[in-house]
Amino acid sequence: MDWFKKPKYMTVRVTSKKKLDIPDNLVTRCPGCSEIILNKDIENAQRTCPKCNHHFQMPARERILFLADPDSFRETSGRIQAADPLAFPGYRDKVVKGKKQTGNLDSVIAGFCTMGGIPVGLAATDFRFMGGSMGSVLGEEIAALIEKAVERKNPVVIVSASGGGARMQEGIISLMQMAKTSAALARLAAAKQMFISVLTDPTGGGVTASFAMLGDVIIAEPNALIMFAGPRVIEQTIRQHLPKRFQRAEFLQEHGMIDIIVRRQEMRDRLIQLLSITQPVPAQE
Amino acid sequence: MAAENYLEFEKAVVELENKIAELRSFTDDQRLNLKEEIEQLEQKAETMRRDIYRKLTPWQIVQVSRHPMRPHTLDYFNGVFERFIELHGDRAFIDDRAMVGGLAWLDKKPMVVIGTQKGKDTKENLAHNFGLPLPEGYRKALRLMKFAEKFNLPVITFVDTTGAFPGLEGEERGVAEAIARNLRDMSVLRVPIIVVVIGEGGSGGAIGIAVGDRVAMLENSVYSVISPEGCAAILWKDRAQAPKAAEILRITAADLKRLGVIEDIITEPLGGAHREPQTIIAKVKQYLQENLPELSAKPIEVLLEERYMKFRKVGVFEAAAHEC
Repeated sequence: MDWFKKPKYMTVRVTSKKKLDIPDNLVTRCPGCSEIILNKDIENAQRTCPKCNHHFQMPARERILFLADPDSFRETSGRIQAADPLAFPGYRDKVVKGKKQTGNLDSVIAGFCTMGGIPVGLAATDFRFMGGSMGSVLGEEIAALIEKAVERKNPVVIVSASGGGARMQEGIISLMQMAKTSAALARLAAAKQMFISVLTDPTGGGVTASFAMLGDVIIAEPNALIMFAGPRVIEQTIRQHLPKRFQRAEFLQEHGMIDIIVRRQEMRDRLIQLLSITQPVPAQE
Repeated sequence: MAAENYLEFEKAVVELENKIAELRSFTDDQRLNLKEEIEQLEQKAETMRRDIYRKLTPWQIVQVSRHPMRPHTLDYFNGVFERFIELHGDRAFIDDRAMVGGLAWLDKKPMVVIGTQKGKDTKENLAHNFGLPLPEGYRKALRLMKFAEKFNLPVITFVDTTGAFPGLEGEERGVAEAIARNLRDMSVLRVPIIVVVIGEGGSGGAIGIAVGDRVAMLENSVYSVISPEGCAAILWKDRAQAPKAAEILRITAADLKRLGVIEDIITEPLGGAHREPQTIIAKVKQYLQENLPELSAKPIEVLLEERYMKFRKVGVFEAAAHEC
């Protein structure tokens, strides 16, 4: 046998367009199981993979409609938009792009709704808008929501998809939003109202190091990346080898940082069960 | 000043100062009278230094803020206060040497002092992990703050850190949670808190001990959401562009005062705090003496409401043209 003989292959030119003549918006290759899945099937499963249950990112508004009782959500956000306090290069363009991509003014949707009949302040951040990063708008919407919840004596649920952390483009002002949102949560705690923080993929930096880690109950979606410093930053700065599954939800749970991992399909029911402890126990008949 | 400790942009003036020193020793040896010439040169050096320091660029200020000979937290603990007793550990895991704290007395009044500690040389830096705190550092800080609250003592924090330690251990043990908890609990701590940024105020690692009734910065200190190097890496994929990033980010004491993020600037001696440590220590002492009585005299509910509003009002946004 001639092991080193050059194999003879027939070359077939495949123009990928011809071969996969399916528009991009119809299917997705799942990063979890590498299967090609119909987008429709992903959307029908609350943006999870029907084959392997990989959780795709969920837009903020969709998240809120999915969690709130039908027609109960009244938005408090959406009246303010980002300014450019530092005249930071490229910031305005990024905001315009984020607005186009999401149809929202910034990276957060906030308001009041009921969940299983329980009145609750509900917010969600949107990774598609500048990585869900926290600038003045997100800080203001979250702080205002929490303050209103204190007035109304309502619990608060915030779903984070903020891998971007504190928004660099607003400099020190973004950093101060960490103190602002955390201080508002101190008031919610003083009012003995529950705060549930839901961490989704990815949540990082100044968002993790403020309201996101301050839940009375902290829930994460399976496999969500949850971090303070990003893995690349860690590897570059201190040249440490990082373990598998590092900074994933399951890793955080093992290390005592979060309470429960809940699949998206069960999220609403689980939240309602947790929120129900804040409700008066019905009198015995 | 030791030759190895000058910054690149003061090279010319340091060279001149070295010349003057040489000339002086030469005069002593030869019994020549060069007094007038030396005085003239000294004046020239002084003017040069003044000119350089009057218009430092933000990047130059970053370099001054990181100067290894700049007084660090423990220098203030030992210099500002009559007595300092260090209290160690977070009562759970370790004693993080990047965060130091304890009891201190100023004008015979006890208070709790806390701060991130950098070193002057490699040995000190290794001992204090380069001033990069672990979660336990923030937890120790909070433990000491609760101690202060219990005994009704004011809290003074000194900020000088590149940031929280960016590593495996910090992530595993919840550095984000530790910082977040400090932010929340400091906002309602029932004693006055004064924060002094003495060098580098590096992002979350800095604000984790910087929620206070007064936040002051030394003239040549910086306070930022991200390091200029990190920002340059993101914006231009080139850390060498850090000088440009330092400008864009608005991180100097003057910038932060203008943005309404800090209350006060403590001016430094000509040429930076490291040239006259005793002068800057005296100024920080004076700042505390001026501000503590007023804060201590305030009813606690008023103090807490003002502290809350101080951070609550930080934010710059516009009304949306139409509701989205």
